[in-house]
Amino acid sequence: MEMVNIKINGMPFSVPGGVTILEAARYAGIEIPTLCYLKEINEIGACRFCMVEVAGPRGNRLVSSCVFPVNEGMEIFTNTQKVHDSRRTTLELLLSAHDRKCLSCVRSGSCELQKLCLEYGVENESRYDGEKPQWEIDATATHMVRDNNKCILCRRCVAACDNQAISVIGANARGFDTHIGSAFEMGLNSFSCVECGQCIVNCPTGALYEKDDTKAVFDAINDPDKFVIVNTAPSIRVTLGECFGYKVGTNVTGKMAAALHRLGFNKVFDTDFSADLTIMEEGTELLHRIKEGGALPLITSCSPGWVNYCEHYFPEQIENLSSCKSPQQMFGAVMKTWYAQKMNIDPASIVVVAVMPCTAKKGENKRDDQAASGFADVDYSITTRELASMIKTAGINFDLLPDEQFDNPLGEGTGAGVIFGATGGVMEAALRYAAEALTGKELDSVDFTEVRGTEGIKEATYTVGGLELKVAAVSGLKNAQTIMEKVKAGTCEYQFIEVMACPGGCVNGGGQPIQPASVRNFVDLKGIRGQALYEADKNLPLRKSQDNPAIKMVYDEFFGEPGSHKAHEILHTSYVKKSLYND
Amino acid sequence: MVKKISKNPFNGTPEQEAKLMAVIEESKHDKSLLMHVMQEAQGIYGYLPFEVQKMIADGMNVPIEKVYGVSTFYAQFSLSPKGEYNFSVCLGTACYVKGAQELIDKLEEVLGIGAKECTPDGKFSLEDCRCIGACGLAPVITVNDEVYGKLEAKDIPGIVAKYQA
Repeated sequence: MEMVNIKINGMPFSVPGGVTILEAARYAGIEIPTLCYLKEINEIGACRFCMVEVAGPRGNRLVSSCVFPVNEGMEIFTNTQKVHDSRRTTLELLLSAHDRKCLSCVRSGSCELQKLCLEYGVENESRYDGEKPQWEIDATATHMVRDNNKCILCRRCVAACDNQAISVIGANARGFDTHIGSAFEMGLNSFSCVECGQCIVNCPTGALYEKDDTKAVFDAINDPDKFVIVNTAPSIRVTLGECFGYKVGTNVTGKMAAALHRLGFNKVFDTDFSADLTIMEEGTELLHRIKEGGALPLITSCSPGWVNYCEHYFPEQIENLSSCKSPQQMFGAVMKTWYAQKMNIDPASIVVVAVMPCTAKKGENKRDDQAASGFADVDYSITTRELASMIKTAGINFDLLPDEQFDNPLGEGTGAGVIFGATGGVMEAALRYAAEALTGKELDSVDFTEVRGTEGIKEATYTVGGLELKVAAVSGLKNAQTIMEKVKAGTCEYQFIEVMACPGGCVNGGGQPIQPASVRNFVDLKGIRGQALYEADKNLPLRKSQDNPAIKMVYDEFFGEPGSHKAHEILHTSYVKKSLYND
Repeated sequence: MVKKISKNPFNGTPEQEAKLMAVIEESKHDKSLLMHVMQEAQGIYGYLPFEVQKMIADGMNVPIEKVYGVSTFYAQFSLSPKGEYNFSVCLGTACYVKGAQELIDKLEEVLGIGAKECTPDGKFSLEDCRCIGACGLAPVITVNDEVYGKLEAKDIPGIVAKYQA
């Protein structure tokens, strides 16, 4: 790329031509604050917060740096009084229509607006007080709440929703009345929202948040008649630390287990166990469909956002979905059947709490056909953020916690289960199983690196046991749409597809710790978090689901073999054809 | 103003639907024709209720929220049907200073509906409009194609009564 010479605050720099002032400033070690800007997703220059001064023939003028490209000889000033005044005025104007109940706001402390107000010295929140819009709170969705009184109209949620090819929210009306919502002012539950939560993790303020289940979980813990079992999804161990100031990608498995013990759960288990169980069932299902001629490609069903998408947008293809419940649901189902029986506990008194990177999991546990014991498989599904909030409420000093282990017998997981949290991980785990199931021999190498990485669509062909297996791992629903159009048209050659609703997989799920745009735009969150999972996998003694002793135990004692009648009754589910409109 | 959404039941006919489908058919190859389709639809139905926007969204393969967003952004689109008799009150400068607001208030009272609304029986609708160029007659209202000028609020019940028969 051709370089251009520019000056930033009087210092000369050579930067690639065509980049924006915002990006050029990064080269110079200067961070220009933004509100509406999301790299490659929302580059609309709407909020006017990133203004900088650019020298011109008629003096300096303010331009929005997120969309303004640099050119040869450009002189930029990022730190003048005029710039500060402009940014502060923008904040004061935003505050004029903002519900400033910051003390009780779920995002207090992680709110980008709040942080910028402090940094730019907003002293009077009411400087431009005038008419204030009063918006009704939309709590119709299963998983989340929209409070437009906290919305600053940055449109990051709309961009995130469009980027998922869903677009059930958008900007309605104009001028002072502009607001984000769904068509005809109907609740979000009236439309085909897939509950992925990408809008929430991209919201700079407290306008969007998941429905809180922490109080119910505390109540269960405090109820002496309840036996409360918690399990944490594979990705939580590498993201929870972010809520306590740890660097992105820090593995805090030991501290997390310690915190869960201190919160008072009766048992602290690992969802990796049921990830391994999913592989046994799904791998068996794949081989069965290939040999006996079932619907192909087989598509994974671990991601409830994806399952919702398939049901709403490709209802004719639901037969391609694996009938396996997700690891969350399998875990609960096993707890309230096999484990209840084994430990002689009444399943009615068992409360299963799942800690998930996901908001769609809050809808999944309320689906039909997800109650193997007669009781809901999973009682509460909470996000990584909710777990962090519980740890803080309980006054647990995360930093000082020792490393502890998950409890036995279901605290044992394998590397195959761990990598479920990254896009391509389920595929790789399934390949580790299928290859050995087909050949009857032990694999030399368990690394299937072709399906790793954060690209949206990854393809590979493997020959195992004389069988040529064409596979794809897809993340992000826009990419899923691309693949599903092919499946629908019958032009898809794959036998097995892994789909994760969120770009990059669960590590970038809608229930994960919220990072401000300043981090999202310039740090490869999903890549770094995913890499931490592959590191964990590499260091585990057991890396194949079929080697997990707990897996062997549940099949020996209870299910018989993968795909057995009993396994189908307890570990499998069904799907429903839906439309884009609910009612 | 946030646009008012009509609660009147949708009374679209198969003929209207066939017309709209024909417009969609010739436009669906290009999503940028959405505005055009919406204008045509408003021409056919007089307004853009949920049912019509759904047909447009499904036909054009555009999420319904995108259609609704456009319909609430531009003043030209209406979410409320026109009544058999549409009362339009000129809010141009001359009419305004001569008391057009009082005419609107009176019409709202007599008809029992607000601006941009339609009575449940579909007989009357009320709207405000920009200057219609009859400033010499200010303040002016029109009922369909009939023009009434130099009005006072007390004249309103009589005019409404003429159409109530």
